[in-house]
Amino acid sequence: MEHFMLGIVTMLGFTPVLSSIGGILIGLAAVGLLLFNGRIAGISGILGGVLRPAVNDTLWRIVFIAGLLVGALIIKRLDPAAMAIHIDVTLPTVVLGGLLVGLGTRIGSGCTSGHGVCGIGRLAPRSIVASAVFFVSAVATVYVVRYMLGGV
Amino acid sequence: MIAYVTVFLSGLLFALGLGISGMTLPQKVLGFLDFWSGHWDPSLAFVMVFSAGTYMLLHRVVLARKRPVFAIKFSMPTRSDIDERLVVGAALFGIGWGMVGFCPGPATTALVSGADGTLVFYVSMIAGMYVFGTLDVIGSMESDSGVSGIDYFFKPKQP
Repeated sequence: MEHFMLGIVTMLGFTPVLSSIGGILIGLAAVGLLLFNGRIAGISGILGGVLRPAVNDTLWRIVFIAGLLVGALIIKRLDPAAMAIHIDVTLPTVVLGGLLVGLGTRIGSGCTSGHGVCGIGRLAPRSIVASAVFFVSAVATVYVVRYMLGGV
Repeated sequence: MIAYVTVFLSGLLFALGLGISGMTLPQKVLGFLDFWSGHWDPSLAFVMVFSAGTYMLLHRVVLARKRPVFAIKFSMPTRSDIDERLVVGAALFGIGWGMVGFCPGPATTALVSGADGTLVFYVSMIAGMYVFGTLDVIGSMESDSGVSGIDYFFKPKQP
């Protein structure tokens, strides 16, 4: 029972049912934050706000991140394979990728959750444009990294 | 106090959703972004459609309320203009996302995995956010310019 998801979620193949259920849970989590706390569940905005503390606006962000981490621990306990992360690029690529994700999400005011889930959910034009741009940019990057640079 | 309980539970549910959908794994995310591998994995599209769809259906009901349950008001984004900064930022984010397969949520949940590279990615991401914050603060110290430091890389608006 402990490993009831093992080999289902973590199979590197199409998981339409679990990915749909997971998507609904993500949507409910974001709606819950709006209903109870009036906030947009954008992870980059929540993290960025911790780095630029404003009065009375920091603690909830830390509590949300704590919730993410406890949820991650539960997932790891239920299905260790769902946390069997493999990064197959070199260290400099990891560093550059991290810098670009941090800088880009702050310059562009959002990431996959803020623009992708909440913004598209609200049919916000800025978020629809941003999401289209970062998806196209990511797909193009994967092509360049894997098929032109041979994986860096 | 109870307001923080709902924030915590929202974060927790968010992470469970990421885990069940398989999005905690950057290799699965890259399996979606790579159309040329011969074994394309559309799972991420299902995550996006169902998460944004759930939000689309339910956020209207929530916003019909006068105020959130445990807050004074809804803190909603108000801008609707599509500027250079939005597009360039999203493009830079997409490059980083495609390089490693991590966006900010899964990069955070990955910290409990202890897997190689996850902490380095996280520290780099926070550094990127910090650089943004610093540039913005430097800009805001310029008197009456009304332009943040980041904006100097784009077309500064005339005050």
